Amino acid sequence: MMTTTSDGASATTAAGAGTSRRRVLSWLWWGLGLAAAGELAWIALSFVRPRRGSGADEESHIFVAGPIDDFAPGTVTAFPAGSFYLARLPSGGFLALDRTCTHLGCTVPWNADTGRFDCPCHASAFDITGAVVGPPAPRPLDRYPVRIENGIVKVDLRTKLRRTAFEPSQAVSS
Amino acid sequence: MAAVQPARKAATVSEGGPRHGAGPRQWFERVWRSIFPRPLQARTDRERAALTRFTFLLHLRPVMVPARTLPWTHTFGLGGSSLVLITLLAATGILNQLVYQPVPGVAYDSVVSIQDQVPFGALVRGVHWWSANLLVVVLLLHVARVFLTGGYHGARQFNWVIGCGLLAAVLANNFTGYLLPWDQLAYWAVTISTAMLAYLPLVGDTLQQVARGGPEIGTQTLVSFYTIHTTIVPVALIVLMGFHFWRVRRAGGVVEPPAAPGEAEGDEAKRLFLPDLLLREVVQALVIVAVVVVLAALFGAPLDERANPGMSTNPAKAPWYFMGFQELLIHLHPTFAVLVFPLLAGIGFLLLPYLTADDEPAGRWFLSPTGRRTATLAAVAALMVTPLLVIADELLSGGPSGLIGGGVLPLALAAGAAAGSFVLARRRYGASVNEAVQAVVILVAVAFAVLTLIGVWFRGEGMALVWPWQR
Repeated sequence: MMTTTSDGASATTAAGAGTSRRRVLSWLWWGLGLAAAGELAWIALSFVRPRRGSGADEESHIFVAGPIDDFAPGTVTAFPAGSFYLARLPSGGFLALDRTCTHLGCTVPWNADTGRFDCPCHASAFDITGAVVGPPAPRPLDRYPVRIENGIVKVDLRTKLRRTAFEPSQAVSS
Repeated sequence: MAAVQPARKAATVSEGGPRHGAGPRQWFERVWRSIFPRPLQARTDRERAALTRFTFLLHLRPVMVPARTLPWTHTFGLGGSSLVLITLLAATGILNQLVYQPVPGVAYDSVVSIQDQVPFGALVRGVHWWSANLLVVVLLLHVARVFLTGGYHGARQFNWVIGCGLLAAVLANNFTGYLLPWDQLAYWAVTISTAMLAYLPLVGDTLQQVARGGPEIGTQTLVSFYTIHTTIVPVALIVLMGFHFWRVRRAGGVVEPPAAPGEAEGDEAKRLFLPDLLLREVVQALVIVAVVVVLAALFGAPLDERANPGMSTNPAKAPWYFMGFQELLIHLHPTFAVLVFPLLAGIGFLLLPYLTADDEPAGRWFLSPTGRRTATLAAVAALMVTPLLVIADELLSGGPSGLIGGGVLPLALAAGAAAGSFVLARRRYGASVNEAVQAVVILVAVAFAVLTLIGVWFRGEGMALVWPWQR
């Protein structure tokens, strides 16, 4: 190895083996440089990657709303601590609706007089099931799974469910 | 005598330390000379040239500058004004940083204490706010100046791209700074703007979470916005500005207007940087500082109620420089409003130097009388048609329509308008390629500016169209 390089004074005289070795070494440098850049980018990306809250234990995501009888059919109850609304449909089924408007993320207040959620930002409107009754919102309000245990309504805030339309099966009855 | 004495003094100093018996005066003079080896008062042109060459701050500039680039109306000093505003932002930003705390529960209170308790706090915050907003305006005008005088060809091609990077960095800093007061205005503007990201296909939700540092705007959002605002973008700005200015210097200064017949050219048409250009720049810098301080003292920076995630404002608007996109979102399919249209326009804008002819004459405003005529026509057309389209869409449909009606059709319409104005400028008015491209860019830019103005001033409660005085 060493002898071949010492033969030729310059790269042009040492043809063939010399130039191809140079090329391999230069590729190697490029490869190492790219690998280093990739590693640094990976480190940086792992810092900007969104993280979930530190309290990852399951129980803290279960929101206990209260006994069934506290909620009359056809009413909507706000739970600011959980950022959601518990709607009891006239049929008696429960639906937990995220309070974030699906248009641009504003918080929608419940208007009991009109029986609608009216978004103050861009005039989107949703009915008690969260279905869109006025544009520009593109889809119904997101919902959370509801389960009823021993007559107590509980909402699982861990999983936000996206939907394209309201279906009666989404409402949970006791 | 008077001329000889200082020379002898200088000689004794340069030969080494204070001689035996030298007084404190000589010692101070020695220190002064070590900092400023030459007299700061230049009396002759030769001395002025030497001062430019051998003073650190001045040596960044050339000794001689082309005389035809000196008149104020050639550049309006917009690039230098941006630098002045950035300097003001850095100075006031550091002061704000000494008091501000980037934690949701405390951030608002720390801003209130800047406003109410720190002496001159309201003024400093006002200067920061006004500089930031004026900077966006001045930078956009600077881009317009460079474009309309054809200052992006030849040696300046890549500097246009660097300039686009600078513009993006300034917008990023404006936007991240918008959240820091943690008032209702900030909270909901950032909610709206980051929610727009979710409309991007496939990567939208992830991008939104990256921007917010989690599913919702909270502590993580504030901390990352603060870091971007006070470290990442400032460092990027300093690097990019150095690159940008060095490129300007390598290109021989700003683009030079062509010589009139009989006018001197080359070295004949050069003037000394000191005093001819430096004096103009210092005057403009002082005027800018004065304007900003007066605005800050009279109007200050706005501060709304403390942020309340449970209660949205009505209407909720993005920062003014993003209102064009929010207005597009009212009319178009979301994918087209936040992806297709901005991406096409952005790429076209970034690649402008490489999409135009490199060998056409440049340096004159609007390139030529023909260029001026086609540019005016394009601007007038966009000014008239855009509001009509907005009103027509408002009356005809109740919101954004489907993929075809709200996306493909408007895109075809816009492409047709761009191609049509290009062909019209070429055929009907005999415009050159660059003049025709100029007309198309003006058409698009003015249309977007009109959308922004409608969004900012003509949208009231529930984003309904209203007159500005009825908002």
